[in-house]
Amino acid sequence: MSRENSLVTADWVEEHLDDPSIVLIEVDEDVEAYDKGHIPGAIKLDWKKDLQDGVRHDFVGKAAFEALLSERGVSNDDTVVFYGGNNNWFAAYAYWYLTYYGHKDVRLLDGGRKKWELDSRELTDEVPTRAATTYVAQEPNNDIRAFRDEVIAAIGVQNLIDVRSPDEFAGRLLAPAHVPQEAAQIGGHIPTAGNVPWSKAANDDGTFKSDADLTKLYAEVGLDQEKDTIALCRIGERSSHTWFVLSEILGYKNVKNYDGSWSEYGSLRGVPVALGDEPGEA
Amino acid sequence: MCGAIQGGPSLEGVDVANQAVIQGIVTRDNQPVGNAYVRLLDRNGEFTAEVPTSATGQFRFFAAPGDWTLRTLAPRAEVVDSPVSAAKGSVAEVAVAI
Repeated sequence: MSRENSLVTADWVEEHLDDPSIVLIEVDEDVEAYDKGHIPGAIKLDWKKDLQDGVRHDFVGKAAFEALLSERGVSNDDTVVFYGGNNNWFAAYAYWYLTYYGHKDVRLLDGGRKKWELDSRELTDEVPTRAATTYVAQEPNNDIRAFRDEVIAAIGVQNLIDVRSPDEFAGRLLAPAHVPQEAAQIGGHIPTAGNVPWSKAANDDGTFKSDADLTKLYAEVGLDQEKDTIALCRIGERSSHTWFVLSEILGYKNVKNYDGSWSEYGSLRGVPVALGDEPGEA
Repeated sequence: MCGAIQGGPSLEGVDVANQAVIQGIVTRDNQPVGNAYVRLLDRNGEFTAEVPTSATGQFRFFAAPGDWTLRTLAPRAEVVDSPVSAAKGSVAEVAVAI
């Protein structure tokens, strides 16, 4: 993968608003953002109601995913362009998710909703209608998804990149500072994980930094390209953003997103935990 | 909407005793700005969180005690940095004029 076939600019999206082979999809943490105004022609996916199982602590399975995209009018041959708030965290999660189920052509709008708004580009409250399709998903691609046992086995062996803010990494905060700090699990991080907050990969307007800046960023925490890499955060969205950077923009091999992330790891019995700003020992 | 209301969003239903709240309102010519983005930077200038303002120009963070900077971005406006200190059990109100 590369920047050219995974990212599109706001100008590109404006030029393709009437292209029927492109489906624009907004995915936000604030699930009401779309209803207040969205890019003309865009449909909405609700990361919680649409993408999570609702009973098991997991996202929806293949059959439910196929039913969802069919009902929303997305075809296997469509180019899907995701964008959203929070600097594309949830849009990157959806990108990862569609890649997990084998969608062929999926892109992110560089800068997401924020860049679009800061540029004063058009937003509408008109909701488009799309004819239903028969979407067929591929088998889940676990080459890009890490589970807890792999994460534990990776301590001191593979690259672990924790992309939460420094205060969350150190254990001083349990959640990002825009939500109440009431999470039940303990604070801290997985020993030997490097802390590269996702935000370091983005400019203030939400667009991604240059390839050269990004390469330097991960080299500084000792990311070894000869090893496999697992990205994690609290619930798997911010780490999707970093998975996108490493796998899709920089084209690194064997990069996985640990979507269980700290909310799972920080609740496990029998696993090591490090506190403070340093990675800690294996 | 005529004129900006005072202060951040209502704290009804929020247990402030255990939180270090930073909140406020973004205005332009004393009118609320509903399409601004407020970024919370830690004492080292590192990004910690970001929220879009509400239709009434308001924003809120649940921070940790200490010194922070709010960085406000809005269409057709210069970036504004505002220092703020947060303490557990209190609400730090910040008025940002762009």
